[in-house]
Amino acid sequence: MVILADQIYLLARRSVVRTLRQPANVIAPVVFPLMLLAVNSGGLKAETHLPGFPTTSITAFILAVPFIQGALFATMNTGTDLARDIQTGFLSRLSLTPMRGIALLVGQLGGTVTLGLLQAAVYIAVGYAAGVRFASGPLGVLVLLVFFVLVVLAFGALGLFAALRTGSGEAVQSLFPAFFVFLFISSMAIPRNLMTVHWFQVAATANPVSYLIEGVRSLIVIGWDAEALALGFGIAVCVAAVAISLAAWSLHDRLARS
Amino acid sequence: MHRLARVSEQHAIEAASLVREFKKGPRAVDHIDLAVATGEIYGFLGPNGAGKSTTVLMLTTLLPPTSGSARVGGFDVVKDGPEVRKTIGAALQEAALDPLLTGREHLRLQASLQALPRHDRGPRSDELLERVGLTEAADRKVRGYSGGMKRRLDLALALVHRPRILFLDEPTTGLDIQSRTALWGEVRRLAKDDGVTVFLTTQYLEEADVLADRVGIIDHGRIVAEGTPAALKAEIGRPTVEVVPADPTEEAHAASILARFGEPVASVRGVAARLRTGQADLAEIVRAFDNEGLAVGQLQLHQPSLDDVFLFKTGRSLEGADDEGEEEGLGGLAMEPA
Repeated sequence: MVILADQIYLLARRSVVRTLRQPANVIAPVVFPLMLLAVNSGGLKAETHLPGFPTTSITAFILAVPFIQGALFATMNTGTDLARDIQTGFLSRLSLTPMRGIALLVGQLGGTVTLGLLQAAVYIAVGYAAGVRFASGPLGVLVLLVFFVLVVLAFGALGLFAALRTGSGEAVQSLFPAFFVFLFISSMAIPRNLMTVHWFQVAATANPVSYLIEGVRSLIVIGWDAEALALGFGIAVCVAAVAISLAAWSLHDRLARS
Repeated sequence: MHRLARVSEQHAIEAASLVREFKKGPRAVDHIDLAVATGEIYGFLGPNGAGKSTTVLMLTTLLPPTSGSARVGGFDVVKDGPEVRKTIGAALQEAALDPLLTGREHLRLQASLQALPRHDRGPRSDELLERVGLTEAADRKVRGYSGGMKRRLDLALALVHRPRILFLDEPTTGLDIQSRTALWGEVRRLAKDDGVTVFLTTQYLEEADVLADRVGIIDHGRIVAEGTPAALKAEIGRPTVEVVPADPTEEAHAASILARFGEPVASVRGVAARLRTGQADLAEIVRAFDNEGLAVGQLQLHQPSLDDVFLFKTGRSLEGADDEGEEEGLGGLAMEPA
């Protein structure tokens, strides 16, 4: 148990060091979601006049989106890093040590979580500077951080799964636009009950990303919404469980060591 | 004690009828037998795609054999994978390094994952950095290292846990002669001073000739010759003469002249014959070409080399054979097993 914990710590430290030594991989996940936040806050301001819109602040409403968009970057970065390890043979080197597979998966996600916490801190600070106050209070901020780490882990594990199946950084990066489609066909820009295009409302309702966004949004805009939080946490836990299981299964195949 | 007893057995590496097949490729390794003595440097020589790296991957437990068996350090590579991995060190075909970490960070990570005692990790890293001449570059990121430096660090990483058996897969490919010579010196020292058994694959004749106690020549997944370099060359015995006529259309005529002095052998550039009576024939050969009025572009006397052994066994030159094979190595892991 001590050895496993030591292995996880070592691989997580390497993952954090690698992440911090790639400025582009830190700046892009922090800055791009904020740019989309700025564009949407300006462009969608009129939405707040719609009857039934949950808040008078479009920034507060849209602030949930950077968290999920930022988590998508986790998929790409985590997966690309592991794919590079496969391509360079570094994974084979690790395979020749007594390293346990689970240590690699958990350790690899260490950098992702570190970056995720940095992203969350910046988004919250920017939101605060723009006048957004959490309806759920300081405890809501803490719950949001826990929720965001869970989402980052889930998406990061999907990246690991893709890397382990394909062994290609390019293949992992090609997933990014596909995930973006899920983001846009969701309730990111408007509440589902105010959508007037029927097929879009159906698609957004079927899209799990909507519930992740609504979980975050509830903490910022509404306060303590048990249903939104239960759905958000439930989906995040399910995606994380499935993604980590798939990644573990793929790692077993990939290592192929006796 | 149990482990030491096993490693000190007569053969550090043994394989019996080892086979590896891939669904979408040829039989990469085809019933090979190996017996590498403890403390020996065994050179595994062959062109690209011959099956060298696939063999190494199986012996290092990274690729399960399709059939056959192998024992490394006394442990079965299929049943006792963890024990095999504790016994061996390996530097695979490409230097498997993280460009974002420093040399020292690599060694510390490796030392930790190999479960070296905490107090030993730092000194062992420093010792290895010094041994491979990377002390000054230890705190630089690996992406700034030259090919030779990466190879040396790769070797140091393979040695972190003081393995008794070392696998080196084409360790000097792409290196300049200076780096190559330095690495040869370190491999020799490991075998001689530390008693490490070295299984070294190479496509360089000179490397096998200079470094290996014994050589196995592999082609199309099969071992076609095995022995000490001297014994293999002695098997070929007599020198060969190669003649390149000034006029390429005169090759048949040149071959008929050479046939008087020995049996024809394959030649990449012209015609060649293995001399019946040794190099004393050389003056006679020159006279014969002169008498026939056939202008000679080049005439060379070859003492037997490992390339001649390869040529003799396969009908092809080792250098020419390179073009026929597909690149092998870790990519093999991505192929589906049959």
